[in-house]
Amino acid sequence: MWTFFHKLASPPHFYDLAAKFIPWFAVLGFVFVAYGTVAGLFFAPADYQQGDAFRIIYVHVPAAYLSMMAYMIMAVSAGIGLVWRIKLSHAVAAAAAPLGAWFTFLALATGSIWGRPMWGTWWEWGDPRLTSELIMLFLYFGYMALRAAIDDPAKADKASAVLALVGAVNIPIIHFSVEWWSSLHQGATLIREGGPAIQTSMLYPLLAMIFGFTFLFGALLLGRVRTEVLFRERRSRWVYNLVLPDEGRG
Amino acid sequence: MKPRRQRLLAVGLTIAGIGIATALTLQAFKENMMFFVSITEVENGNYPEDRNFRVGGLVVEGSVRRKPGDLEVTFELTDLVNTLTITHDGILPDLFREGQGIIAHGRLDDQGIFIADEVLAKHDENYMPPEVAESLAEHAAAQEAVLSAEKESQ
Repeated sequence: MWTFFHKLASPPHFYDLAAKFIPWFAVLGFVFVAYGTVAGLFFAPADYQQGDAFRIIYVHVPAAYLSMMAYMIMAVSAGIGLVWRIKLSHAVAAAAAPLGAWFTFLALATGSIWGRPMWGTWWEWGDPRLTSELIMLFLYFGYMALRAAIDDPAKADKASAVLALVGAVNIPIIHFSVEWWSSLHQGATLIREGGPAIQTSMLYPLLAMIFGFTFLFGALLLGRVRTEVLFRERRSRWVYNLVLPDEGRG
Repeated sequence: MKPRRQRLLAVGLTIAGIGIATALTLQAFKENMMFFVSITEVENGNYPEDRNFRVGGLVVEGSVRRKPGDLEVTFELTDLVNTLTITHDGILPDLFREGQGIIAHGRLDDQGIFIADEVLAKHDENYMPPEVAESLAEHAAAQEAVLSAEKESQ
């Protein structure tokens, strides 16, 4: 088993392996998102209170879930990189950050657009769910800015990994904010005691969107990690051979 | 201790320390972290008097009165224990309706009426098509009828 992990952490091996997974993730992602979009927009019934406005859930929930998932991947990879000194896991953390930031932005924007007609406000300062999600966006920005500010890659890896780990304390706060404190945001619909509080005709497109977004995120992440690995290993022999296969033999 | 073990321990302790520190801070600020207070808390005088605050509850059925030719609306808000009269002069959100959970931002006047400068509707976690909501309501009504009939026959 350890040899599997050692092999996985080897940049050239990972570079090849990721290339095999990307098309599968991309195709699965597109299929799920295509089904979810058509079923969610045209076949799912309108909500009894919100009418058609509820359909923004099909983007909002997958984006919000992935914004936290990306942070978890970033923090865990950064932690592994810090303890076991694996360069590849730092590359994964660095590659996950901009994707996570975009999903966070998407979750905040769709939530705001929905909130204006439904709640009656674009944004409420002081609401725990809204504020903690916004803090996560700034954590992503801080992580990326810190990486960009330090020239030495090894130092940038270490410093940003500490920031990612410290910020991870925000993840349970986001998740439980609607339970711990009174909030404008409703409680969890999907994962709750007594099963999902959404009709199956509305639920299946949502699950499809969640799977589809996750696969697309996987494809994008692997693609970004490949680029990151290639850049970090730009002075190594295997990259040289990969880019200039004819001259590298010399 | 191997250096790797040492690093693992350092990272673990750092995360645990930050986690505990955050938990304690949140615990200490618990009162101030509340987005809104309940009506019972208002009744007990448990609200910030020096500034505007938010109060949350359910709109009492049949209590919404509009002033003709004006946006001003008055309604009763309940937490099923106490009720509070709210007035608002502005546009209400789509989800505002009788029986709905709402949050009002404003202040109490001398007569104990809450002058809201903002009314927000709170949505719950339930999503269903209108037919299902109707049949649920019918079912609940039928059940209530059966229960009251049983009570009368006893």
